[in-house]
Amino acid sequence: MTDLGKALEMASATHTGMVRAHNEDSIGMDPNIGLAVLADGMGGYNAGEVASGIAVALITKETRDTVSRIPPYEKDREDGELTAAKILRNVSARANGSIFQAANSQPQYAGMGTTLVAALLCDNQITVAHVGDSRLYRLRDDKLAQLTRDHSLLQEQIDSGMITKEMARRSQNKNLVTRAVGIEPDVEADISTFDAREGDTYLLCSDGLNDMVEDEDIHLTLSSLGANLPLAANQLVQMANDNGGRDNISVILVRVKKPFPAARGWLSRLKTWFGKNGD
Amino acid sequence: MAKLILSLDGMVLREFPLTKERTTIGRKSHNDIVIDNLAVSGEHAMIMTILNDSFLEDLGSTNGTLVNGQPIKKHFLQNNDVVELGKYKLKYASEAVAQADPTDFEKTMVLRAPPGTAPKPEAPKVPSVEASQPAAKNFGDTVVNPEMMHSQSTGGTLRDAARQATMTAPPPTPAPAAAAPQAAAAPAQPLAAPPPPAPAVTPAVAPGPAAAAAAAATATQPGVAAATGALGTIQILSGPSAGKELPLSKPLTTLGKPGVQVAVIAKRPQGYFITHVEGASFPVVNGRQLDAQAHALGDHDVIELAGVKMEFYLKPA
Repeated sequence: MTDLGKALEMASATHTGMVRAHNEDSIGMDPNIGLAVLADGMGGYNAGEVASGIAVALITKETRDTVSRIPPYEKDREDGELTAAKILRNVSARANGSIFQAANSQPQYAGMGTTLVAALLCDNQITVAHVGDSRLYRLRDDKLAQLTRDHSLLQEQIDSGMITKEMARRSQNKNLVTRAVGIEPDVEADISTFDAREGDTYLLCSDGLNDMVEDEDIHLTLSSLGANLPLAANQLVQMANDNGGRDNISVILVRVKKPFPAARGWLSRLKTWFGKNGD
Repeated sequence: MAKLILSLDGMVLREFPLTKERTTIGRKSHNDIVIDNLAVSGEHAMIMTILNDSFLEDLGSTNGTLVNGQPIKKHFLQNNDVVELGKYKLKYASEAVAQADPTDFEKTMVLRAPPGTAPKPEAPKVPSVEASQPAAKNFGDTVVNPEMMHSQSTGGTLRDAARQATMTAPPPTPAPAAAAPQAAAAPAQPLAAPPPPAPAVTPAVAPGPAAAAAAAATATQPGVAAATGALGTIQILSGPSAGKELPLSKPLTTLGKPGVQVAVIAKRPQGYFITHVEGASFPVVNGRQLDAQAHALGDHDVIELAGVKMEFYLKPA
């Protein structure tokens, strides 16, 4: 297994915001295996925190266990799918089952659920799984792109042409997601893989950020503070709070400092063995 | 639940709650809201309501429909919008804004429909969530209404419902092409329209004579800068660019040389703050070296960064 810690830098920030009493978001990351996970929980009392906490803990642990056994950059011989995608699909399903079970066995957790966005980087690629309205953005060549499409009422209305993006910003229906982890026995996470390049900055965020901060200002922050990732993460949270901070705000930033090809051949494996890979 | 308040010459006549997905307005008696006046067409306008959002559409009426004084074909209703048909006025009041506890209202909820109940073509039903019922206390506490459950794998009950709502509406409903002019028309109205209920997303600057006077008195005190409406500005004092001015109009402005020393000035509601971004040495303000924390800038502070001296000052708006 390669250690991606040298090629990837990660930073995060999470905040309750200015209105809510609890922070129901959870975040987790492991630069060494190229994993970042963010979940925005929902449910009464502290059930939201419980749901997002289960999702992040389970996905972090199981992904770590799996990539130590199976290289995530290999493709399935039958369906050609990247192992990283299979891993994220499996761990999302496991998190769903675990939350669903807890919600159904303990009355205080009834109906809890969570959104999810998880990114796994390997072999100059980034694979993302998401459920609900937590997002993945990418800054590349000074262009900000949203790589995930929300599972929300608003997104469906935009897709069907009923409303425009501009109108969506004024909608009263912002808080309705059409898919969540832990609400039903099964959940389908949307999974995609993109190439990742040196210089890319990825942002995983809960809707507490993108509902309060315009894409333009997210872009400005990532492009001007890219050299100091922890500062950029805190700046994003601060902007959301300065604009009202109506929801919990969480961000994880991933910066690709250099290419991270998988060590496939015997030579690169040998180099890895001697600790020279990537230097 | 949103409602329309019908009035004539300032006299309130009646209130109409928007309980249905389609609420029709016109002179003929089969309309949901009947206005018996010759200036109003038989079928004059229609309001489509989806959960907390309502969309007004003129149905090709003879005398047209105005919203806040502007003629519209389709319009996304905002709280306090005034719809005019002839001499009659209909004020749109969105109670979601007025009554919901803001801490509970916006909590994320899952939207689902009953299992196996595909929306009926005759009466497309907009999926609803339990929490959208008046008991605001339940907002967020209750995520799921068991009656509204539908299997994830069947996918898109909601999508179908939305599409169906779109298709069954008699006049062509906002298809992408139709939505475009609407979007173009929307920016023409913001001055007349009341402020949208959604949170302001741009940093709020609250100018005002009193605030400005207060700022003048305490100009050296940091933290009041942005609130006065005065624009923070950097003037370069030394080096090849001496004399150059840099207005700090964006939320973030970076200064310095990338790879050597960079600092950022953040414009916030409570003032301007400088923070070290990269480089071995930290910026110096009024002769004192900063640490990693953000530092509030006061009027006429002198900043030294990457060997260049500059002054921060507040330019009156």
